[in-house]
Amino acid sequence: MLKPSAVLAQPSILPKSFPPAATTISRLPPQKRFIAFPPSASPPKTTPAKPSDAYTILAKQRLNRPVAPHLTIYRPQISWILSGLNRITGSILSGGFYIFGAAYLVSPAFGWHLESASLAEWFGGFGPVTKFVVKVGIAMPFCFHSFNGVRHLVWDTGREFGTKQVIRTGWAVVGLTVVCSGALAYI
Amino acid sequence: MAALRSPTSRLLASSSSRHIIPTSSRLGLWQRHYATVEPVPGIKSNETPPQTAAPPSKSNIINETNQTPNAKSKTFHIYRWSPDNPTEKPKMQSYTLDLNKTGPMMLDALIRIKNEVDPTLTFRRSCREGICGSCAMNIDGVNTLACLCRIPTDTKHEARIYPLPHTYVVKDLVPDLTQFYKQYKSIKPFLQRDTPSPDGRENRQSPEERKKLDGLYECILCACCSTSCPSYWWNSEEYLGPAVLLQSYRWLADSRDERKHERKEMLDNSMSLYRCHTILNCSRTCPKGLNPGKAIAEIKKDMARA
Repeated sequence: MLKPSAVLAQPSILPKSFPPAATTISRLPPQKRFIAFPPSASPPKTTPAKPSDAYTILAKQRLNRPVAPHLTIYRPQISWILSGLNRITGSILSGGFYIFGAAYLVSPAFGWHLESASLAEWFGGFGPVTKFVVKVGIAMPFCFHSFNGVRHLVWDTGREFGTKQVIRTGWAVVGLTVVCSGALAYI
Repeated sequence: MAALRSPTSRLLASSSSRHIIPTSSRLGLWQRHYATVEPVPGIKSNETPPQTAAPPSKSNIINETNQTPNAKSKTFHIYRWSPDNPTEKPKMQSYTLDLNKTGPMMLDALIRIKNEVDPTLTFRRSCREGICGSCAMNIDGVNTLACLCRIPTDTKHEARIYPLPHTYVVKDLVPDLTQFYKQYKSIKPFLQRDTPSPDGRENRQSPEERKKLDGLYECILCACCSTSCPSYWWNSEEYLGPAVLLQSYRWLADSRDERKHERKEMLDNSMSLYRCHTILNCSRTCPKGLNPGKAIAEIKKDMARA
């Protein structure tokens, strides 16, 4: 049996009529021909580079490269919007807690009155609208962060990961937050 | 792990309708959602007239030449940046195409722009059927493969095409994925075992064990999920990202692999795995209908048990 290479080496087996590739291209009509450079232009200048230069060339190119737009162009979807809100509400709650705790701790030194009685008196002086707004402002982050926390606990068990479930639980959290913060504000 | 694979609605929609819509038929009401290819009277498809590409700097909107009276013009805004002019800021370039002469997919529109309107437009593409992952980009705000994304035929809606978010742009829609590939390499994506199989032939697994790999092995590493993840945007230097973690789980879930302990040890730090905050943009955007978020949750569960 002949080796494949031996078959190819026999010139008689190759069809005589088959033209070389270059001829095929030149037979095409002029507008179909692909010309890398127009005849008038001189070919671009090239500089030789060693394979070891690859890293420095890449580093140089990267300095110029812009970062593709991200947060501003990504479609607002409940998945990442709620995740962002979770982070923001968490920061508000814990930040508020720390700030108040620290202020309460140092209040005797500065003569501030942050005891429950004086705070209640201060709050009682607000108008009804202001009261409602302040209450919602505190209840909303608390409710949202709590309900979304439950959602995260369910995820930690490996459940509710389908896109549909994520959307459904997301809106459920939003609905519960609105209802509960409204209810808390009316108390 | 079949749960990782949600019904691939986009895939199914594209393949089924491609069979249903005959290219020469009139548009029925039920077909209106999609752009179709129709032969245009008066233009012989073999002889495309010579195109003069207007340089992007000369005009704001580049219109397709040879507009027909009942053209279904749609505008595409495309992100442009060229390393030849590194000081120039990236900008949006607008092109209008006649949808009657354009194929149904976003990739068809891009190829048509490149072939007939502006040859300087640069993007990656190869298989045009969602198996190579080259044409991953951000289309209308969502990461997907241009070849699997239908052009909405609503001509009032203007398409916006960006490169994959928060990647370094090489040119126009071509992102630099070096870091992504390095991270993939770092998880050793191959079978690691020391014991030879009992009969010296292939390493066998039961149908149940094989089933665990469904929804994992289909990943084509297009980077759509990783670049949709805000956590990956801010921490791509250290956080592996959904795609690479899904691949990591593919080897953790493989019954034949014997380096599970080492694999888990590699992930056992605050950055590699635990930067995942279950945002789940990844599962939502995957053009193959896989669920990287679920795979990451399974790794976390595994790590908690071990």
